[in-house]
Amino acid sequence: MTELPRITRRGALLGAATLLAAPAISYAQSDVIRIGHLTPRTGFLGPLGEFAVQAGQLAMDEINAAGGILGRKLEITFEDSVNPQTASAKAERYIQRDKVSCIVGEINSASALAIGQVVQREKALFINTGANSDALRGSDCRKFMFHIEGQNSMYVKAVGRVLVQQGLIKGKKVYALTADYAFGHDLLRVAKRFMGENGGTVANEDLIPTDLTDFSPFLLKIRQARPDVIIANLAGAQITNFLKQYSEFGLRFPVAGFGFDTALAWGAGQGNFLGTWPTMWHHRLDNPAAKKFTADFRQRFGRPPENQAWGDYNAIKIVAQAMTETKGTDGPRIVEYLESGAKFGVLKARESYFRARDHQIMTEMYAITALPPAEQKDRYDIFTATATVPGPEESLEAIGATPEENSCTFPA
Amino acid sequence: MEIVFLIEQILNGLLIGAYYLLIALGLSLIFSLGGIVNLAHGAFYAIGAYLTVALAPTIGFGGAFVAAPVLVALLGLVIERFLLRRFYRADPILSLLLTFGLAMVAEQTLRMVFGAPPLPFSIPLALRGQVFIGDFIYSRYRLMILGVAALCVLGLWLLLQRTHFGRVVRAGVQNPDMVGALGISLRPYMSAVVMIAVGLAALAGVMLAPVIGVHPAMGAEILTFAFVVVVIGGLGSFWGVVVAALIVGVVRGIAAYAYPPATEASVYLLMLLVLLLRPRGLFGERIAKFE
Repeated sequence: MTELPRITRRGALLGAATLLAAPAISYAQSDVIRIGHLTPRTGFLGPLGEFAVQAGQLAMDEINAAGGILGRKLEITFEDSVNPQTASAKAERYIQRDKVSCIVGEINSASALAIGQVVQREKALFINTGANSDALRGSDCRKFMFHIEGQNSMYVKAVGRVLVQQGLIKGKKVYALTADYAFGHDLLRVAKRFMGENGGTVANEDLIPTDLTDFSPFLLKIRQARPDVIIANLAGAQITNFLKQYSEFGLRFPVAGFGFDTALAWGAGQGNFLGTWPTMWHHRLDNPAAKKFTADFRQRFGRPPENQAWGDYNAIKIVAQAMTETKGTDGPRIVEYLESGAKFGVLKARESYFRARDHQIMTEMYAITALPPAEQKDRYDIFTATATVPGPEESLEAIGATPEENSCTFPA
Repeated sequence: MEIVFLIEQILNGLLIGAYYLLIALGLSLIFSLGGIVNLAHGAFYAIGAYLTVALAPTIGFGGAFVAAPVLVALLGLVIERFLLRRFYRADPILSLLLTFGLAMVAEQTLRMVFGAPPLPFSIPLALRGQVFIGDFIYSRYRLMILGVAALCVLGLWLLLQRTHFGRVVRAGVQNPDMVGALGISLRPYMSAVVMIAVGLAALAGVMLAPVIGVHPAMGAEILTFAFVVVVIGGLGSFWGVVVAALIVGVVRGIAAYAYPPATEASVYLLMLLVLLLRPRGLFGERIAKFE
């Protein structure tokens, strides 16, 4: 056997020194505005992270093509956040070493919490684009953390309203399948509150490990329990696996979900997507800005964007607008601007704004319903929009958590 | 009713066990003969699933069912010939690093070529449907998986027990030096074993593509369980792996029934228990070269 090439200690030292020295040179440039993008790109949420990264690239290129921010070029670095520990370490490195002006991204609620703690300490802005837990807008809220992703309460109220209209809640027996981590626990709590208020009961609740791929034991339990409706509070690859196997077992109970990402339904395959689900945005929206975004994204990446792409694309655009308006990259000033109720056109019919008391974006949401298999024309146009919530005459706050449901006191 | 339901869960667990079986058998074979802990084994399973999605539109699911395992076996041949072969007698940490690296390269390659989101794929229309036996429900497709897995186990057992090829492989597991002294080179046998092992993993990928999300990390998802099965069953034991796969499936089913959050953890607890009571696994043999 050939011997491995030997690395001397001196060589290792030199190598390390070179590696550490290299970034220092590029960071000296001041004509660049840096954003650190941090989101799961592997693991059970990895499928969504790819949309987030591509949307971030698209937004960056559009901003730079239009002359950058305040005449400076925008540079986004993309990293895999992996898990809460890594997310925290990478967020710290972004701020301390790379001197980013803000951090954008995340999907995992537990990781978003970790990043929130870092930005609070470092007084740097963080825009959460994919973590839903109410706790992030309540007990764990942070002065420097804003949420373009909807909170669990919004998801539940948006789709819940449609389910109530469909007669699937009042007096009904619900079987809840819930992802067993921060996001799921939080969502289940909100879902149960909604059920209680609207006359439904959660008769069965199973916590599903995030790495579970085979749902058959649970499908048998559901069949035995004979619920009136199944509510999926699942996340990531779980949703795809559930849809595929639910259809495999041929069960006929109505299905709805309180947490959803379109890419996971696209991945389920012909005839497997069913039920009614909530979303922050979808590619079939009929307004000029949404259509342009969908066309540009599709042309560049070969598939339509989905809700996660919407979040990261608009987060970058919002940061750019905030920096332009405040004429700089100062964290506290941007926070002040975002809290001022500034309006943002986020590819929707109505403009959106951040609520000052908990930093949650107030925006339209949509309930979508799977088309019957025969009407699913291609792999992407598999659903139809059922409702826009809140309606055009209502306040955008109609679906947000009330102060009684979720209160936030920003730590100093 | 509860007892009947528990029995249904146990029978369903046997079906789930069949998933792990095809992967665990290959893992066990490669380790027994080559001494390599193949962390890239899940990658071959994932490649099998992706090939199915890619090939099915042109040659149909039936065509992919044959073609994907064959193509992956050929890939296995190349990897054995140029990479694994160098590490049979080397420090095991080297082959661990190698196969771990291969697994990451494969996962990232799939991500770059096919994208990170799951690819849509469904059970072929002809195989859809459910079978009702009394009050029990079975997916027809899963029964087919069980049938194919059973045929593979039988075929592999006959190959190892009843043929000249199998005799050399079994001798090579126990005493490679003696096999060498008898003038038999184990190299071509090792190539064949790797091809069979990764081909079986790919076959599992083909069969699971319609029921489990086809995404880049699917290999890593299933690999841990396959390892647990091998460890519980005992290295080098053919039937140990088979029995362990079924036990793991059943334990998982019971946990899902009794305490859902522990569905996956139950399997690791089982492994811990087995290792405490029988460090060599349920049916583990003493293999001189690994002691």
